[in-house]
Amino acid sequence: MPAPIRLRELIRTIRTARTQAEEREMIQKECAAIRSSFREEDNTYRCRNVAKLLYMHMLGYPAHFGQLECLKLIASQKFTDKRIGYLGAMLLLDERQDVHLLMTNCIKNDLNHSTQYVQGLALCTLGCMGSSEMCRDLAGEVEKLLKTSNSYLRKKAALCAVHVIRKVPELMEMFLPATKNLLSEKNHGVLHTSVVLLTEMCERSPDMLLHFRKLVPQLVRILKNLIMSGYSPEHDVSGISDPFLQVRILRLLRILGRSDDDSSEAMNDILAQVATNTETSKNVGNAILYETVLTIMDIKSESGLRVLAINILGRFLLNNDKNIRYVALTSLLKTVQTDHNAVQRHRSTIVDCLKDLDVSIKRRAMELSFALVNGNNIRGMMKELLYFLDSCDPEFKADCASGVFLAAEKYAPSKRWHIDTIMRVLTTAGSYVRDDSVPNLIQLITNSVEMHAYTVQRLYKALLDDISQQPLVQVSSWCIGEYGDLLVSGQCEEEEPIQVTEDEVLDVLEGLLVSNLSAPVTRGYSLTAIMKLSTRFSSVNRIKKVVSIYGSSIDVELQQRAVEYNALFKKYDHMRPALLERMPIMEKTASNGPTEIVQTNGETEASMPDTKHLPLVTQPANQANDLLDLLGGNDVVPVIQTTLPTKPASAGGELLDLLGDLSLSGDPAPAPSVPISQPPFLLDGLSSQPLFNDTSAAIPPMTAYSKNGLKIELTFERTNPNPNIAVITIHATNTTEADMTEFVFQAAVPKTFQLQLLSPSSNIVPALNQGSVTQVIRVLNPQKQQLRMRVKLTYTHKGSPVQDLAEVNNFPPQSWQ
Amino acid sequence: MMHFLLLFSRQGKLRLQKWFTPIPEREKKKIVRDMTTMVLGRKPRSCNFLHWKDLKIVYKKYASLYFCCGLDAEENELLALEVLHRYVELLDKYFGNVCELDIIFNFEKAYFILDEFLLGGEVQETSKQVVSRSIEASDMLQETMEEYMSKPAF
Repeated sequence: MPAPIRLRELIRTIRTARTQAEEREMIQKECAAIRSSFREEDNTYRCRNVAKLLYMHMLGYPAHFGQLECLKLIASQKFTDKRIGYLGAMLLLDERQDVHLLMTNCIKNDLNHSTQYVQGLALCTLGCMGSSEMCRDLAGEVEKLLKTSNSYLRKKAALCAVHVIRKVPELMEMFLPATKNLLSEKNHGVLHTSVVLLTEMCERSPDMLLHFRKLVPQLVRILKNLIMSGYSPEHDVSGISDPFLQVRILRLLRILGRSDDDSSEAMNDILAQVATNTETSKNVGNAILYETVLTIMDIKSESGLRVLAINILGRFLLNNDKNIRYVALTSLLKTVQTDHNAVQRHRSTIVDCLKDLDVSIKRRAMELSFALVNGNNIRGMMKELLYFLDSCDPEFKADCASGVFLAAEKYAPSKRWHIDTIMRVLTTAGSYVRDDSVPNLIQLITNSVEMHAYTVQRLYKALLDDISQQPLVQVSSWCIGEYGDLLVSGQCEEEEPIQVTEDEVLDVLEGLLVSNLSAPVTRGYSLTAIMKLSTRFSSVNRIKKVVSIYGSSIDVELQQRAVEYNALFKKYDHMRPALLERMPIMEKTASNGPTEIVQTNGETEASMPDTKHLPLVTQPANQANDLLDLLGGNDVVPVIQTTLPTKPASAGGELLDLLGDLSLSGDPAPAPSVPISQPPFLLDGLSSQPLFNDTSAAIPPMTAYSKNGLKIELTFERTNPNPNIAVITIHATNTTEADMTEFVFQAAVPKTFQLQLLSPSSNIVPALNQGSVTQVIRVLNPQKQQLRMRVKLTYTHKGSPVQDLAEVNNFPPQSWQ
Repeated sequence: MMHFLLLFSRQGKLRLQKWFTPIPEREKKKIVRDMTTMVLGRKPRSCNFLHWKDLKIVYKKYASLYFCCGLDAEENELLALEVLHRYVELLDKYFGNVCELDIIFNFEKAYFILDEFLLGGEVQETSKQVVSRSIEASDMLQETMEEYMSKPAF
């Protein structure tokens, strides 16, 4: 039998193949030869055959029939055989294979071999792919080798131990004695792998972490030597001594210093030293700086050091190297929650990164920009973000649009600005807006009562331009259906009212129904809108016609709607006005039962879906609980909610069951029947209620609080559709010479009420009455109880924090009756 | 730790694959396909970092070969670039001006060198000279054995 061809010969031959088929043929031929050679149990050429098999495996061809041969090679005495055998084992024999365990004995023998390179092979294989059983069997051997004085073996044993611990964490204890003097090694290989081993142990076990904390001084010393020592040719990389070891030590220090003041203090100096002395002209220096920054931010470092770290990240942002900019943005995203102000200083640089050409950088910059938006910079930031939305790639548009909506909801300085922003997003990125945005937007629009006319006018105009973007079309048709009467009556205050007739409006809506561009859902919206206009417009006949046409539509959904609406015209015409009445304000929270205070100052919300790293600030929620306690809020007042059969609502937004009290279906809703026990704090003197409601007169404003230069005035509004809701706007002004910053207004009401606080206009009350902070409160008062409120004010004045509580009782009766 | 290290050409042909976690064969093929598609699809002056599932992917192009590794999320990407660079330097020292053909025809040597530099997905030796000396010594051991057996190596 001729000798099997050599490996390099085979490689050369296979590479001459011109087609895939030709290659496959050669491979099959060679595989057949190899198989028969294996069958003959040829020791001499086994090594060569397995090597060829490994090459073919890399090309993607099956090689499982060589598994046992690898085992035989490993068991051989020849070093060449072992080398190829172990390589084959690592490539073909992972722990999912049945024959994997058969290696254990060979590895055990080789771990005790007289030649260190054979021992090395065994350690390497075990450390790369040993299964849990194998690790259990051989842990003892590894532990022995961890204590040897041979540094070549010691470093491999350390990483092998890391693998064992990863596979079988319970075995961690047995390696503890061997770690005793690992750090006193001079050999960098052993030092490095020891630090990796210690890191692994500390990450997995809090006890180990406590135990190894005492190593901090030693680690600091080693790091110091690395930095201060002169040029060492063996470990030098571009002028830096052993960057791999430096980074690993920094990472271990991070783990040891986390949430421990003493350790953190012990490493402050060396961190500052590394941060200031490391050469930044090459990637290697920046890698060390990056790790240093991560460590500084994670331990309990002093504030000066933290500022230094953030400034390093700021410098990274200006670096020409894209990788470094990317890494800086990622790190800033992690720190933006805890060190918000420091990161804000780099806001303009971050916003510039939105214009970067690199896709990964743009995405990070976008996420970070959203995290940095607050009440003070909302206008400027939104301009940049909307510009970004216009010009960015489609893959970003959905996330950017959602982010804009979220930010606008939290920090909108005015209703008009909010509506304008929404319009801008819908018109520029309308097709990328997420599906759930449509109901959210509709809910927002309903709640901005005074903007209805403006909104519907703008949406109408947008529809005239473009009917291809479905979310925009859906929101527009819903609004036209709701507020069409405002549109034709030309009532708009915010801008020049347009002249539009009922027929023109119906033309547009009918156009949506027939257009090819409209999705089925959109058609449903527009049909319902047309129907609603039957109570708002006078051209009822035209509407009847349209509705009856669609009674025979192929689209089942449209057909069903049309048939039902037809029925409304015919048999149930008496119910039609009530059914198609103006929608009430939709409450976003679905809370039932005992009152909750909903603080929407933006502090309790999560900022962006991607920033999942750090815990959120939860302080305001606790303060809310304090307020409840102050009201003696332990009374459990059972408020029975009546649930209505859900009417076929076209737009979402969660309707509180509480709103079932409003008879939307024409049926009288049963009033809550359980007698409510009077909460003790209601003064008896005011329990008798006036006999009439003067709803036509405007409700007089009142001063709720006036102390230390801070004055809070309340103005009231009763919204027509829902007589149980009072809209109160607070105006906070400041007569002193210094601004009141970080101003937070909190309120609590008795249990029978529901309160909703919208975002304040800002949190700085400017000095000397130069401006005011406004905030809208909505109070739901279904039982027409007398309104009482306890308010808590916190702000910073001339550097010191101020806190005050007050009770507001003298609400004008028109605000709650 | 590093989860895998792949070397592939501009045409997507695999030249080396090192896996540090147990993964089924089919999934390995899928990962290789995904990596080659993602990396080869990158614009020329993009940054060298990607996100894929819960791993960080760091890649660098050296001549006609792409070096691509998958890391845990807490790894230092900038250092990973240094690790890839160090591996290339080791290959260069061994082969003398290494090129893709060297790695094709001597793939087993490329693996041996890698196994002296990384173990279990972590760096085991930070000195270039020590790694080179170990490889030379192992090679000597191989040749000595072969001479003794007076048979050619594979």
